[in-house]
Formats: sequence, structure tokens, C-alpha cells
Amino acid sequence: MNASDWLLWARGPAFEIATIILVMGMVIRFIEILMLGRKKNLAAAKGSAMAGGLRTMVTRSVPEAGVFKRSGFTIITGYIFHIGLFVVIFLLAPHILVFDSVLGLSWPALPTTIVDAFAVVTILALIAVLVNRLNNPVKRYLSGWMDYLVWGLTILPLITGYMAFHRIGFSGPMLLALHIMSVELLMIAFPFTKLSHAFTLFLARFYNGSITGLKGVKS
Amino acid sequence: MNKAPESFPEFDIPVTVAEEFTGNVTPLLHEIRHAVQALLAEGETTTIDMRSMPLAPGEETRIETLLGEGEIRVELNALGRSDIIETRFPGVWLITHRNTEDVILGKHIQISFIPDILKAQQRDIEAGLEQLSSELQTEPVNDSGEKP
Amino acid sequence: MTQIKLPRHHDQETVGEALRRQGISRRGFLKFCATTASLMALPPAMIPRIAEALENARRPAVIWLSFQECTGCTESLTRSHAPTLEGLIFDAISLDYHHTLQAAAGEAAEAAREESMKENHGNYVLVVDGSIPLGNPGYSTIAGISNVDMLKEAAEGAAAIIAVGSCAAFGGLPQADPNPTGAVSVADIITDKPIINVPGCPPIPVVITGVLAHFLTFGGLPELDELGRPMAFYGQSIHDRCYRRPFYDKGQFAETFDDEGAKKGWCLYKLGCKGPTTYNACAVTKWNDGTSFPIEAGHPCLGCSEPNFWDAGGFYEALSTPTEKIARTAVYAAAAGAAVGVAAGALNAASKKRAISQHQTTTLDDLTPEAK
Repeated sequence: MNASDWLLWARGPAFEIATIILVMGMVIRFIEILMLGRKKNLAAAKGSAMAGGLRTMVTRSVPEAGVFKRSGFTIITGYIFHIGLFVVIFLLAPHILVFDSVLGLSWPALPTTIVDAFAVVTILALIAVLVNRLNNPVKRYLSGWMDYLVWGLTILPLITGYMAFHRIGFSGPMLLALHIMSVELLMIAFPFTKLSHAFTLFLARFYNGSITGLKGVKS
Repeated sequence: MNKAPESFPEFDIPVTVAEEFTGNVTPLLHEIRHAVQALLAEGETTTIDMRSMPLAPGEETRIETLLGEGEIRVELNALGRSDIIETRFPGVWLITHRNTEDVILGKHIQISFIPDILKAQQRDIEAGLEQLSSELQTEPVNDSGEKP
Repeated sequence: MTQIKLPRHHDQETVGEALRRQGISRRGFLKFCATTASLMALPPAMIPRIAEALENARRPAVIWLSFQECTGCTESLTRSHAPTLEGLIFDAISLDYHHTLQAAAGEAAEAAREESMKENHGNYVLVVDGSIPLGNPGYSTIAGISNVDMLKEAAEGAAAIIAVGSCAAFGGLPQADPNPTGAVSVADIITDKPIINVPGCPPIPVVITGVLAHFLTFGGLPELDELGRPMAFYGQSIHDRCYRRPFYDKGQFAETFDDEGAKKGWCLYKLGCKGPTTYNACAVTKWNDGTSFPIEAGHPCLGCSEPNFWDAGGFYEALSTPTEKIARTAVYAAAAGAAVGVAAGALNAASKKRAISQHQTTTLDDLTPEAK
């Protein structure tokens, strides 16, 4: 198979397979979570579970002072690479075209030079996060092979995307094929790893918020 | 290329040229400047093939307009017409090769004292001498050019 | 560069002698060499070497076989009747067989071909345009001989093969889905001879001539890329030489064919341009003797010098987009996932109920489901 064949495979059957695994996997996960249900709290409600849940979905985004003091580095670099990923994935013109082709939705893009800068910063933040994890004895102890795998799968599309834009190392078709295939690997890994937090985080926050909200406690 | 037939309708499609060029003009002029310096310092000739660079629409014309025309314009007729002009910068020559259909085959910028192709070629001179000699032998003429 | 023992044509005339015989002066010859250098994308400094090489090169015999093609490649090459550079190259070679260009027809033509092949066995250059149908040899025949048989026979005595056009190089249009004739490329059939692929639909005429000129001058194969294409013409992608590249880099794209961006000459990525994945000389050498090329005329690159460009997801679909109907796939996957999810959820609930009724305790193992 030459580079053109790889590219056609990546844009064709591989994308379909990745989509099937991602969508099926996440839907199965969601339904399982929902069907598992929560333990019924038979105490009298002292506050609104719904209000607490909805509120927490948003307020969890800002960490408490105490938490920030303990894990400042993780929180800051974490935010940097999450925001960076958001900008790179959703605000780059060629990517918006993919969403348009699949969902029929389109929105304005940022100038590519700006997104390129965001990509570089994101890659650096991810490297910093890994170095921190390796150097911290507790984090290193807690880390399993899946944590490293997920890190690798996240940084690979950023690196291959950067290479594709700057035309580094491989031929045109191969650069694009590698980038698209790295995204497909990420898509496949979603339902089976902690990456699924991207979809389930709001559900988790809601649950936590509604538990405390019911008890009348501010969360 | 064949010219369009007379009966072809004239379309009035406005052509707008992008304001932003690829920026090949300035680097090329710098290259020419360096070549002229080399010519003065070492007598080194440089030839630049204009067809080897990606030029935006209008850039080729812009370069030619910038280079302008100097004191010399030569028309060479070999395998079609070629125009060799000295630009307004002495030593910088613009050579345009055409075929017998007037299609442009190549455009070169040559920096030299005189373009190589203008010089009479050894082999051609020899062939011409042979021709001249044989004409003198077959048709003897007196000093006033008349046959005796 | 592979050295091939090049043709000793029966009249043993060199190219230099052939041109002189046509009354071309040394100046004319130098002009020919200068434009040939341009043709081969060689720097002007190479001109003296080219002059010397052409002076002494023998005129090769060339046999041109046309198979399942539209004749666009020959058309691209032979645009005028009066001598052009291309015409001179052809005069400098001995084109012993070519359907569209030759005067002879029928049995006389076939006899001429066979004679040339016999006389120049091992030394002639075989040029092929068009794909070869393997589905049923009857799909394309010449004088009752199937393409595949004629190709194999001609290739046997060839010094080298030039596959002109995307059909001969990669299978081209006939090979596009569903490939009703079983069309394949030259390289799919002939595996024991050097093959130069000169793809494009059609290839830029000077590229075809440039490859022939290379044979003429250096008597060997030019440097080829992984798809067998001469690096001199296919070494750069359209994207890397495109004059609209600054707009791509900044993210300024034309959205439709006649919006403000299009009028300002912005990048055509969104309109389906395949420039980033296409290797050809269009952006530099251009078409119609340097007049323009598709992107300059406002149309996205089709990628016509790449394999499978007809099936690469649509000429007007951007390179980043998937080629299949993903939305439909996602909906089916969601439906299937829902079914499986409900079943799994029910099983989970059942096992939870059983665990409770059997008073099973929770252990540490239950709390670390993911691999460590």
C-alpha cells in the first residue's frame, strides 16, 4: 500500500470503523450508567437536587482555593491543554469542514496561524504534565499503562497535525493519512479508557451536585 | 498555439488580480543584484530561468516592467523568433525564446557582458566560410562585383 | 540514475547531426538546448552539458502503444502541426509506431511495428498510454491482438517503458469504481523492465517531452520517486509550490466559486483542492506554455497525477472530510449501541440484584476495574 492508499483508507473505511466504535461504545456506556441508577435517598429533601446538580455542572470548572493550592500546577497545565485542544479541534477551518460534513453544522474559524500557536502550547503543556506525573512519586505510583497510553493517543494527533500543516518528514498524502489515523486511534480508545470523561463529566458533576443539593448543602 | 477563430465571441469577464503577490519579485531582484556584483568582481555569467519559479498572475509582467528596456534590442531568428533585450540595468539581459508558432518556449534573465547566444558560433562561422569560399570559386567576379 | 544501453538506430545518426541536417544553426541548437534544459527542469548552468550530450546522442527508436485511453495524452503532446519544441524532439527520435500520428494503417502499420521491434530488439523505448483491461481481453484490441498480449510482446524487447498518463501509470479513469473492464496499469503487468510513470490527466506536455528529452540527452532513467515518477517534475507537491499558499497558511479560504475570497484569489482548500496531496509540476511549469493552471484559474486541483484520484472522495469535497456517509453510520451505530446498552444494562441490573440477594461483599478488586 502506498501513501495514497493509506489516505483513502483513513478517510474511508477506517473513519467508519472508528465512528462505529466511538458512537456505539459511548452510547452503551451512557445507557449502562443511567440504567445502573443511583441509590435512592429516602431522607426528606432539604434542598433542590436538580438545582444543585445543574449548578455543580458549571461551578466544578473553578477549583476551590484549597484544591488549587495543593494541585496548582496540574490545574493550570490541565486547563491550558484542554483549552488548547478545544481551539485546535473546533476552531481550525479544515476540522470545521469535517463537522460540517458529518453533522451539517458549521461555524467561523480562527486564523490558522493562531491555531498553530495554540497547538504548540498544547503540546508543551502535555509534555509538562507527563514530566510532572513521572517526577511525582505518588502520581507515578498511581499511574498505569492506560494512563500513558491515553497521554500518547492525545498528543499524537497534535504532533501529526502540526507536521501535516508544516509539511515535515513525510509526503503530502502520508502526512494527512498519519494525522487522520492518529485521530481514529483516539476515537477507538474513547469508550474503553478514561477518555470517556469528555462525555461523562457533566453527568458525574450533576450526580455529585444533586446529592449535595438534596441535602441542602452548597457544592 | 492556434489563434482563436475570428467568429469566436468576445467575453467580457472582468479579471481581478490578487493584490498580494507571492513575494517572488523582490527576492528575484536581489538575486539579480548579486549576480551583477559577481559579474563586476569576477566576470561571472549567471542565467536565471524565469519558468522555474512559481509566479503569481501578473508577477512575470511586473518583473519585466520593473526591469524595463535599455539601449539594445535584438531579434534572433532561429527555430522561431527570440528577443534579447538589455534591460535598463546594463549587463542584465532578458531573453525570450519563441517557436515558429510564436509560442513562448522559455524566458531567461542573463547577467553577462553579452549573452552567449548573440555571439557568432564557431561551427556556424566555419560553415559560413565554406559557403562563401565555394560561392567565390563557382562564380568568379571582378572587383566591381560583375561577372566578366 | 540507472544507465541503460540506449538505442542504436539503423541510420546511426546523432541528434546533433539530425538537427544540422534540418538546417539548424549552432545558435538554433543552443536555443534548443536552453529550452530543453528548461523542459527538464534543469538549471541553466547545465546547458553546455546538455549541448555536448545531445551532440553525441543516438536517435532512439520509439514505439508508442495506445490502449484504453481517450487520446488526451497524445493530444496534449501534439498541439500544432508546425515544428514546435515537442516536434523537434519527435524529429530527433524515430517514432516508428503511433496510431494517431502515423500515416500507415492496418496491416502495413502492424508490419512496421513488428519490424522496428525486431530490428531494435532490446534497445527501443516503449511508450504506453491508456490502461490495460484484464477483465476480458476483448474490451480493447488492436488488429485483433489484445492489449495485454501486445504489451507483453512489446515490453519484452524494450530497453525501458514510459507509461504516459494516469491510465497507463495507475489505471486511471477506466479503473475507477466499479472498474467494469478490470483495467490495470502497465506496472501491474510488466515487472521486469524499468518503467517511468508520467501521470496526469493529461500530463503537462512539456513533462512528457522532458522525459523523452532526458532519454535523448542522458540515455538513462531520471531519478524516480516511490511511485515511479520522475522527481524533476513530480518531486514537489502542488501545495508546496502554490502561489496561493500564503492564504492557506493564514486560513483565508474561498467558500464558493464567486465569493469575495474567490475574487481575491484565496486558497481553494474548502472547495476541494487536492493540492496538498498531489505531486506534479503544474504550479511551476503551468499549462499552455506557462499560461496558467487550474488553481490560478480559480478551480481546485483535482489531484489527477495521483493514483485513484477519481475515487478520492469527490473533486469538490475538502481533503479533511471523510469519504463515506458518516452521519448515517453514526445513527446506525447509536441505534445498535442503544440496543446493546439496554441489554447490558439489564444484565448489570440483574447481576446487581443477585449480588444483593446473595449478600455479596464489595472487595478492593471491585473498585479497581481498569487495568493498572
